[in-house]
Amino acid sequence: MSATIRTQEEIAARVKALESMLIESGVMTTQAIDRMVEIYEHEVGPQLGAKVVAKAWSDPDFKARLVEDASEACKELGISGLQGEDMVVVENSESVHNVIVCTLCSCYPWPVLGLPPNWYKDPQYRAAITREPRKVLSEAFGFTVLDNAEVRVWDSSSEMRYWVLPQRPGGTDGWTEEQLSELVTRDSMIGVGPVAPVAS
Amino acid sequence: MNGVFDLAGTDGVGPVIVPDEEPVFRAEWEKAVFPMFAMCFRAGFFGVDQFRHGMEHIDPAVYLKSPYYEHWVHTVEHFGEKLGKLDMAELDRRTAHYLANPDAPLPEHADAPELLAFVNAVVPAGAPAKRPSDKVARFKVGDIVRVDRSAPKGHTRRARYVRGAVGEVVMHHGPMVYPDTAGNGLGENPEHVYTLRFTSEELWGAEHAEPNGSVYFDVWDPYIELVTSATDNTEGAVA
Repeated sequence: MSATIRTQEEIAARVKALESMLIESGVMTTQAIDRMVEIYEHEVGPQLGAKVVAKAWSDPDFKARLVEDASEACKELGISGLQGEDMVVVENSESVHNVIVCTLCSCYPWPVLGLPPNWYKDPQYRAAITREPRKVLSEAFGFTVLDNAEVRVWDSSSEMRYWVLPQRPGGTDGWTEEQLSELVTRDSMIGVGPVAPVAS
Repeated sequence: MNGVFDLAGTDGVGPVIVPDEEPVFRAEWEKAVFPMFAMCFRAGFFGVDQFRHGMEHIDPAVYLKSPYYEHWVHTVEHFGEKLGKLDMAELDRRTAHYLANPDAPLPEHADAPELLAFVNAVVPAGAPAKRPSDKVARFKVGDIVRVDRSAPKGHTRRARYVRGAVGEVVMHHGPMVYPDTAGNGLGENPEHVYTLRFTSEELWGAEHAEPNGSVYFDVWDPYIELVTSATDNTEGAVA
């Protein structure tokens, strides 16, 4: 253990050295590495969670199943997997605003949101969000939760993965699921931001 | 363990910085590190709880200041060395080589269809932590419980900010792999998992807590003790 803070060049060299040894011992191949990267750069991302939210907004029976067992409901849409084996959706309302965190590491529901943004994994957010959620939401994200709404912070300490079902915005009557899904932002499913504004 | 990684409620670490846009991977080396979790898991380096515990051993100054995926490099090295799967002197030698020759190629190697198949299978299937168990759940939804003050030196998910705090059981998830044994190489020993609800006042004190807030935190059965049974708790919620 050493307290040296490495430069990007030093980390890159260390990683390439490690990668070379893992390749030689048959643990990894560049083909498997490239496939894993491709999946999380292009296939698994917040567009999947947005699809689930839009369906929940449009279909009360699906929403009931989603709130009852999020993992099983997501499987109906072909959405499942690593770091989201057991998911729980928490629903926002006029009186409750939910926000997620992993204060102990970086746990995040990969199957519906992809890999987490860096601020979610950084010490600053993890340190502050359970203690001063309103202040963090307002100062870092420009997002104000009204005083009369309870703020619930979900700290993912187990393998249960929580994520937020935002409220359906007004002015969207008759919209298709595809139109609705365009409104659902990654941040609205973490609970740090609103859904996209509805053009009037 | 009481480590710096257990960050909830830590003051003075600075503001949350949110860039407008950022790529999934910020550097080529991050793309090489990300798959190491799944591939080294497959090769028997660690389970997910041990993987976390490896990161908890990082020097605190490095932990707080280094880019996220460098934490993963440390835990792969930690278990590679511990299990004799990595020759650390050789790793140092190769690091010096690639530092002097950043564009030097990786070793030539053939594709391995079984590794590609593993990636394509594990991403949608995952690796569930729920387990069958004969253990009877000691608690039920509505029970008021206290998190014990135990401070193990090995891996645990007992965050310091909830130790000693009183909360309400709001969900029961059934038995899951127990981090206090699995993270320390002592087996899965599944225990029932519950979600507890704590008021902000309970965690931070009425004087310092933001109003109208609560924190939900998951605990394993051995982490908690009964204060008031739901059957005797006619209020049904923490005041």
